[in-house]
This record gives sequence, C-alpha cells and structure tokens, in this order.
Amino acid sequence: MSILGTRVLRTEDPRFLTTGGVYTEDLQLPGECHVFFVRSPIAHARIRSIDLSAARAAPGVIAAYTGADVADLPLLAPPMPHMVNGQMGQPLLARDVARFVGEPVAVVVTEQAYQGEDAAELVDTDYEPLPALVDPVQAGQPAATVLFPEAGTNVAATFGDPGALAGDLFDGCEVVVRRTIVNQRVAPAPMETRAAAAQWGEDGRLTAWIPNQGAQGTRDSLATMLGLDPAGVRIITPDVGGAFGAKFGADPEHGVVCWVARQLGRPARWTETRNENLIGMTHGRAQIQTVTIGGRRDGSVQAYRLEILQDAGAYPRFGAFLPALTILMCPGPYAIGRAEAVARSVVTNTTPVGAYRGAGRPEATAAVERAMDLFAAETGVDPAEVRRKNLLPRFSEPHTTSFGAVYDSGDYVAALDAALAAAGYADLRKEQEARRATGDPVQLGIGLACYVEITGPGMEAGGPKENATVEVHPDGSATILTGTSPHGQGHATVWAMLASDELGIPVDKITVRWGDTDLIPEGGGTGGSRSLQQGGAAVQQASRELIELARDRAAAHLEASPADLLFEAERSAFAVAGDPDAAVPLARLAETGQLLVRTIFSAPGPTFPFGTHVAVTDVDTETGKVALRRLITVDDAGTVINPLLAEGQRHGGIAQGAAQAFLEEVIYDADGNPLTATFADYPFLSATEVPSFELAGMETPTSYNPLGAKGIGEAGTIGATPAVQNAVIDALAHLGVRHIDMPASPQRVWRAVREAAAGKGA
Amino acid sequence: MQLELVVNGQARADEVEPRLLLVHYLRDRCGLRAANVGCDTTSCGACTVLLNGRSVKSCTVLAVQAAGQQVTTAEGLAGPGGDLHPVQRAFREEHGLQCGFCTPGMVMAATGLLAENPHPTEAEVREGLEGNFCRCTGYHNIVRAVLAAGGTLDREVPA
Amino acid sequence: MIPAPFDYVAARSMQHALDLLADSPDDDAKLLAGGHSLLPMMKLRLAVPSVLIDIGRVGELAGIRVDGPDLVIGAVTCHADVASSELVRAEAPLLAHAASLVGDPQIRHRGTIGGSLAHADPAADLPMALVALGGLVEITGPDGVRSVAAGDFFVGFFETSLEPGELVSAVRVPRCPGVAWGYQKFVRRANDWAIVGVACVDGRIALANMGPVPLRARAAEQALAGGSPVASAAALAAEGTDPAEDIHADREYRQHLARVLTRRALEHQR
Repeated sequence: MSILGTRVLRTEDPRFLTTGGVYTEDLQLPGECHVFFVRSPIAHARIRSIDLSAARAAPGVIAAYTGADVADLPLLAPPMPHMVNGQMGQPLLARDVARFVGEPVAVVVTEQAYQGEDAAELVDTDYEPLPALVDPVQAGQPAATVLFPEAGTNVAATFGDPGALAGDLFDGCEVVVRRTIVNQRVAPAPMETRAAAAQWGEDGRLTAWIPNQGAQGTRDSLATMLGLDPAGVRIITPDVGGAFGAKFGADPEHGVVCWVARQLGRPARWTETRNENLIGMTHGRAQIQTVTIGGRRDGSVQAYRLEILQDAGAYPRFGAFLPALTILMCPGPYAIGRAEAVARSVVTNTTPVGAYRGAGRPEATAAVERAMDLFAAETGVDPAEVRRKNLLPRFSEPHTTSFGAVYDSGDYVAALDAALAAAGYADLRKEQEARRATGDPVQLGIGLACYVEITGPGMEAGGPKENATVEVHPDGSATILTGTSPHGQGHATVWAMLASDELGIPVDKITVRWGDTDLIPEGGGTGGSRSLQQGGAAVQQASRELIELARDRAAAHLEASPADLLFEAERSAFAVAGDPDAAVPLARLAETGQLLVRTIFSAPGPTFPFGTHVAVTDVDTETGKVALRRLITVDDAGTVINPLLAEGQRHGGIAQGAAQAFLEEVIYDADGNPLTATFADYPFLSATEVPSFELAGMETPTSYNPLGAKGIGEAGTIGATPAVQNAVIDALAHLGVRHIDMPASPQRVWRAVREAAAGKGA
Repeated sequence: MQLELVVNGQARADEVEPRLLLVHYLRDRCGLRAANVGCDTTSCGACTVLLNGRSVKSCTVLAVQAAGQQVTTAEGLAGPGGDLHPVQRAFREEHGLQCGFCTPGMVMAATGLLAENPHPTEAEVREGLEGNFCRCTGYHNIVRAVLAAGGTLDREVPA
Repeated sequence: MIPAPFDYVAARSMQHALDLLADSPDDDAKLLAGGHSLLPMMKLRLAVPSVLIDIGRVGELAGIRVDGPDLVIGAVTCHADVASSELVRAEAPLLAHAASLVGDPQIRHRGTIGGSLAHADPAADLPMALVALGGLVEITGPDGVRSVAAGDFFVGFFETSLEPGELVSAVRVPRCPGVAWGYQKFVRRANDWAIVGVACVDGRIALANMGPVPLRARAAEQALAGGSPVASAAALAAEGTDPAEDIHADREYRQHLARVLTRRALEHQR
C-alpha cells in the first residue's frame, strides 16, 4: 500500500507549534549591529542633500551611509535584459533622485534595534520635489515626467506590436464587446516581512541569512549586486514566513545589509517593519487591460484581443516582464479561432512591481473570464453555456495554442461540469431568480471562472529541471538534498514520502535539507508551482537510481547476480528472487561506502493545471457590501501526492484570489503617496470575510513526469479572483450592471447600482 | 527599571527600559521567540500571548505593564515531556499551519478563545480569530483545528 | 514601530495619578490604561509623551456597579469585561454590545472604556454608544469630581473637554433595562473601525464617523418623535453632517450609509 496519495501529517509541525519556526529575525549573530533604512517620503524628488551629522551623534549609532557611499556598486539591473529597458537600473541607495515613496535613501547602523528608528528620525534630507507620474496611462503622454532621462522614455518593455494588430480580427462577428478593465495593484504581504543577516569570514566570504524562494538565485543576485564571484557568497535559508513570489533573488536592502557588514567588519542584520514592507516589497498585478471579444449570437466566440498596460513601478523588476506570461496564456482553456495580444510595461513613481502568486497568469484568466461574461451578457446566453461552448475539448496529447503554449493534458469541460454540479448551479440560479422577483435588497450572484495555467516554466533553472541528492545512512535513516525552497508548502514531508515510497525508509527517518548554497550549489527554488513536478520528481528519480546503485553492492553481498535480486520496499531490503531469507537491508549496504545519488530530473516542458471555480456572493444593494457565501472549486493539477497539503495550497490560493476580487488594493494619491501602507489601512483578508471552501477532486495526470503531477500552488489564486468578481457583477446584472472593477468595494458596488438605476448603463 | 513577572510558570527579574514592548521582552530577554512581530498597527496578532490567561497582542503591551503578572507563550503550552497541547495537536492534525509565522499567535488566540467559549460554532471561531492574520492557509484549516480542539468539528464544517 | 523613549510610573492610586499629572507640564505626560489607543499612536510616533502614568491597575478606577438610576463603570474597565458583564447586559445592553465589537478579542482584553472615550475617535464604538445612551463622563481633577454629558465631552476630532491634570474616572449610564435599542456598524473587515456607525436607544440616534465627533441625528430623532414612520425619519439621518472622505468612502456614500444604517438600526431593534 503506497504512502503516496495519503494524508500524511507534516513532519515540520511539532517544531513550528511548540518553539516556533526559526526565521531570520530569530537568529542571533554575536556582535551584530542593526541596520535601519531611511526612505523617501516623496514619490519623485531630486535629493539635494542628506545631513547625517545629527543621526551619527545619536545614542548607539555606529555609522550612517547614503547613496554616495555605495556609488561604486552596480545598479540593480532589470530582469530579462533582452526584453526590458536596461537603462532603468536601481541603485542600492538612491543617489540623486528618489523615484518612489519608500525608496531607500540612507541607512543608519546601531548597537541595539530600538535605536535605529530614533536615529533615522534625525537624518535630515533636503528634497526638491519633481512632478510625480502615478497613472500608468499618462506614462506615454508627451507631457509626462520621464523617470529616467537617459532612457528618454517611460516604456520599460513592449511585447508584440500594437501596430500589427489585425484590423479585421472581428470581421464577421455578430456581437463584439470591448471594455477596459483594471487588474489592480495588490501587496503580497507575507506574514514575515523582508529581512537579512550577514557576516563576512576571515576568508573574505560572505555568509548571508535571507528569507528567500531560492538560495541559489539569491546568491547570484547578491553576488552581482556586490561585485562578487558567486563562489564567494554563501546563502543560508532560515525558515521563511511566506513569500508568494516577492522573495525571489535579492532587493537593494539585502545588498546594503551585506555591504554594511563588510564596511564595519561585524555582522549586520535588518528586519523591515510592516509599513516598510507594504511600500518597499514589490507589489503584484497592476495591469490595465482592454479586452475585445467577438462571436455569434449563439454564444460561440470567434475572436479575442487583449491589450495590456503594465505598471512596472519605479524600477522595472519582474513585473515589467510578466505581461509576456499573460500574453502566453491569454486564450486560456478556450478554442478561440483568432486571438492576439500586445503589452507595454511603463514605469511610474510607485513601488516596483514583481511576481505575486500566479505572476502574470491570474491577469490572463481574469481578462478572458471577464470577457466571457461580458460576451454572455451581450448575447443573453448563460455564462456556463458560453464557457462550455468554447472550451477546448478533452485532450490527452499535448495541444499547442496559437500563442505557442503547449498544454500537456486537459479536460476542461469535465472540470466545468464537476464544479457546476458541486455548486448546485441550477438551484443557485433558481434562488437568484426568486430574490430578483421579490426585489430582495440582498441579491445573489453566481460567478464562474474556467482557467488553465502554466506551471514549472523553467525560467529560474535554465529549463524545467531540478536536482536532488538522496543518501541512505548505515543507521537506516536517509537525507535528501533538494534544489527547491519551501516556505510553507511542506516539501520536508512530501519529499520524504516520495523517497520513503521507493526506499521503504519511514518518513520520520528522512531528513530533507535545502537552501544552503554551500551544501546545494544549484537549484531553481520554489515558485511558479514547479517544485513537486520537478523537485519531487527528482527525489523519486534519485531514490530509484540509488536502488540501482545499491543493487550491485547487494549482489556482491548476497553472492547473487544483480538480475536475480528484487528490491522489497516494504522491508527496505534486497532479496534473492524466490529466496526471501537471502536478503540484505538497504542501510547495511551503506556500510561499505557512501550510498548516495545525485540526479537531475528534466521535464519535457511546463505543465498546465486547470480547473473551474464557482463563487456565490450575497450583494447588499443598499450598502454595496459583498459577502462571500460559498467558493466551490475544481483544481486539477494531476496526481495528488499528499491530499492534505494539496488542499492547503488550494485554500490559501483561493483566499488570496478572492481577496483581490472584493477587498485588497494598494492605493496611491495623485502625488504618489501610498494610502494603504499599514495593515489597518490595507484591507488584508481576515477569517471573517471568507467561508470554508468546497473543494472537488479531479486528477488528470500529465505524462511529463513519472508522478503525473502538475503544479498546484497558484491555481487557487488564478481561479478565485475572476469567479468572485464575476459573481458580484452577476448579482447586479438584472439591474443593468455589466462591469465593476476590482476590488468590488462597497462604495464601488453601490455606485454601480446607482448608475445602472439612473440608466447610465454600466 | 526593574521588572518582575512570571513567564511560562517561571519567575523572572530583569532590568528594562519602559518602552520595551512585551513581545521584544519575551523574544530577546526570555529567549522565547515563537511569538513574532508581523505588523505595526496591532492588526495581525502574530504576537499574541496570554496575560493572566487572556489573549493579548504583546506588541501593544509594554513589558512594564505586565509587572507582577503571568504570561504564557506558545512554548509554555506543551506538556513537560514536550507533548503537544490539545490546540497544538489539533493544528497539526488539521494542517492548520503552512509557513508557521502566524501560528504561535494563532494558537494562543485559539487557546484564549476556547477558554472563554469551549465549544464554538464556525462563525464564533472566525470572529474569535478576527485579530489574527494568516496569508498561507486561507483560514479554512485553522478554523477546522479550533473546532476540532473544541470538539465541534464534525458538527460544524464539511471536510 | 517603536515608541520614542519615555519615563514610566505606575500610579498607586487615583490621587497619586492626579499628583503625577499635576507635576508634569501640559501634554508631556499621558495616562496609560489598556494602552490600546495610546500605544499604537506612540508606536507610529504620532504621540511622543515624555512620561506615561499607568493607571491600569488602580482599584478605584475599576469595577461596575449600580448607583440609583445609573450604572457606574470604572474608567479602566476593559471592553471584554463591559461586554460580558451581566449587569451591563441587563441594564444597558447597547453598551455591552458596542464593547463587544471594538477591534478584536485581544484588543478587548486590554482596551478600556475610559481610554477609548478619552481618545475620542469619532469612528469608535463607545463614544457613539455613550452619546446614544445619554451617558455622562465622570472626570476627576485636582479640584474634585465633575460630570460632563457625553454629547458635550467630545469637542473635536480626537479632542475632549478634559482639562490638563484631569482624568476620566468613571462612566455613568442611565439604566434602561428592556428599552429597545439598535446598533449598526458598517465595516469591510470585522475588526475595522466603522466606516459609518449608528446606535439608537430611547429616541436618541447617534452616528459614528459622520463628523469630527459622534453626532446626534437630530432631524431623524425629531421626525420619529413626531410620529414619522421609520423609513422617513431615517431618510433625514445625514442632515447636518459633514463627513470626511477617505479611501473607504466619500461624503456622498457616507451620508447614504448613515440613512440606510439608521433605518436598519431602527427596524432591527432588540
């Protein structure tokens, strides 16, 4: 009876529950000093002068530095240099210009943590305000402030050619709907903020403890930042309190902390406050999208166009590149005969935008799902029917879309049917009808989202691959080294399950290690939902290869031919076929020499999990308040290795996705001042705003790895956002409301109801 | 100034500055680092501990305000042999934690909630945890864990 | 997120607290009870007192008792104790309900009624509730005790009629067992401050977050008193209000909410 597919409790938990995880802030380095950043309070300003004298004289201050002190270090370059404007690099500390509220401009270093904030208040900075560009739509206007005069433009990247859009794309369509919609800026807001602790050895090597999503990538980023050979940098990954895409690589602050440690010859540490996190950690989403959808009155879609304006923030980070993924996935799970997409990323005087759970794909799904509902409303066809009509039929051989994505396997109609059945769709429509008939002030909305998404694309590892090392010890225990980097996903448990299933060693005797670049110099980390399908597959592969390595030793030990031996996982031993007593335990074979295999698993390509979400909302038409009543999902990510953990990933993703639809939003005023920079103002989702979720199971395996597994980590987020948004609008459709931008805040919803009632249309 | 109080059953005496927050006193002076700081505005609850048996956000209590009183942290919940407290056990069994950062505070808030309302409904659990944020779990399994610890899981929530 | 340095002294008695206050220059000493209005401000460095006088455990300032027609609640009584008090739930249930909605359970275990009133946040539950109940704020100072009607106690945005050297010592609430009351608190998340709040009891309607202080919806009250149906009276709830605008609501929407919530508070009384 295989352990795979069973609800194994996490081996990580006892420690987390009793003494707590050991996060970077929990570490203590003897002799450490504390780093505190001074940040620009103005969105766009020339820095005329920074006077550190009062700060330097404050109690406990060891040193204070500005951009001038680190001017010899290279600028943090935008990612994907062949795609993103390279003249928009970010200094580790701002030099002449501050380009967003929260940009680090100086740093004070103190003996005790509390003294940092005291000293920072004494740093006297003289700013000359410059016009702030806050609205990405304005970024291309001739009169707009240009953030990087050397670049001469605010355009950081373009994808596709707007001039090459087909003028006849919608010819022959009986119905065409076009709408500009907003996929608003949100804050990843992991519970653990960013942090770093750094110390330099006598040998000149840097050791840095940084919460991250891939120690190897962080090492490389830091090395570049500090002008070091990566071999001279060791990253150790403590427990990480959530990341959601925003802890990849390294931020300027991490580089500064390392630099300070070298300057002062003593360990240095930093943990940002939540306020700093909400303005200093990269934000997510921030796309303005124009969707155009056309087809026949019977609900069949013939053409679709997506035009994207990506707000990259002040310095292009991964967010500037994300529209490429949005474009790749723009037709979603649908068979649309003619589709095209273009995008432009522009800089603005706001926090840089990076990856956030889903990273480009939620934006694609949100756009096409909104388009499907707009089309349904225009044609008068039920939204479920429109989707059913247009979904790609079931396929088990890879299907290549017109955008070049190779979907590995999919059964989208089955997912739709399963979700609708689990939701009781017909009954919900009846209840909706009844409430409409009585004019109930609280209306019922049912929202759908059918999605397919790309996982494990391989950008972070030079291809869809991952390494694993498995070693069996003479005492019967085993150690796994993985190139993934869990931060809540439970790899310690699942990788142990995979090895246990092959080797017969109990899960609690298997130790999994990650995140130390001296121990594991290569790896792609954890993100893009890659880990199980590549990292887990590597663990299984290494375990199988280890058995084959051990076979020869067993043959020698048992004086038999290797071909005559069977490996019996149940007792973790080789035995001679037909003679069960002639056996040797696997662990015993480690006595003659190290029993270890390092392997690399390579997948033929990324995989494409898919599903359907159904959201049920109560919308109070008098106040505009949205209550999320039910969220029913089908998330098919192929074979499920640990259902307990897979469900947990879905729950978390669903909650974040839902939160974007009706609650969360980063808001700037016209001058670029952030208005949602604390947890009191940023409407971070709490337990009272979401119900318990209803998860339906479906597993359509992939042929791309022996596990049959795709990635589950982001799927929940991708489906939930449009399902909830569509539900809110659906609740008000009978009043004439066709669209409400996210988040569906009470004021927004109330306005939409009023405008529809006034006949202004929506 | 001098501060005397009882932490996890142990009497302590320390010299502290008045502005030292209780959470930092527990973490840095007592070495009890399970409670975490997750925000600046008394919003997230990652720092929750029990003060005289009642849940409080230790980031918004001065250590000196706790003088002469009893503080219990997550480290103080487990049994002498390291056995998990029923609430801790329920969190494990229901997979009510992922990255673990909110967990000690969540467990202490749940423990405080159950002390005041031993058999809560789902709605009461969600309201009772309104002061504790989690980004990883979507709250679903946390709610299950608290209901399980209160003996009402099967009655309240489908699997 | 750390307060600026300050000195701290734990008051042994109310008189001791008054003496300490008298010894400090204006605005330089602050009283600390639960600290859940003051400490968050100090952590953001919006308040930088040089001395904190802790009255959190001064016995004379604690306790809930009946005094003739009134309930008397000591200033340092925490919200959780007000919410769960059999006495308050029987004699002034609107107050118990309001206290049960402040923040979250942890905040309610620390925040006090005196602290909340002295903080005078117009969006808060207790100031609005006290105005609706027609309660009194009992103030003790160097010259003795005085009482101020709730409606006169809140004089401006986060501003009360407390004079330097005075402290809120108790709250007096007219006992109104069995009198129907209504309460509506409109929030986006359960532990938020009200975007708009309404409390009504005994012909009085108080509004939270519709101005710099808790307001009475006088036009609506008068209409009700004159026999208007609830819906018509509630339609007047926003008259005379000049609500601020923020990321949650503009003026027009706030006034709309005031009308809707007033109607609901009146319709769903208990």
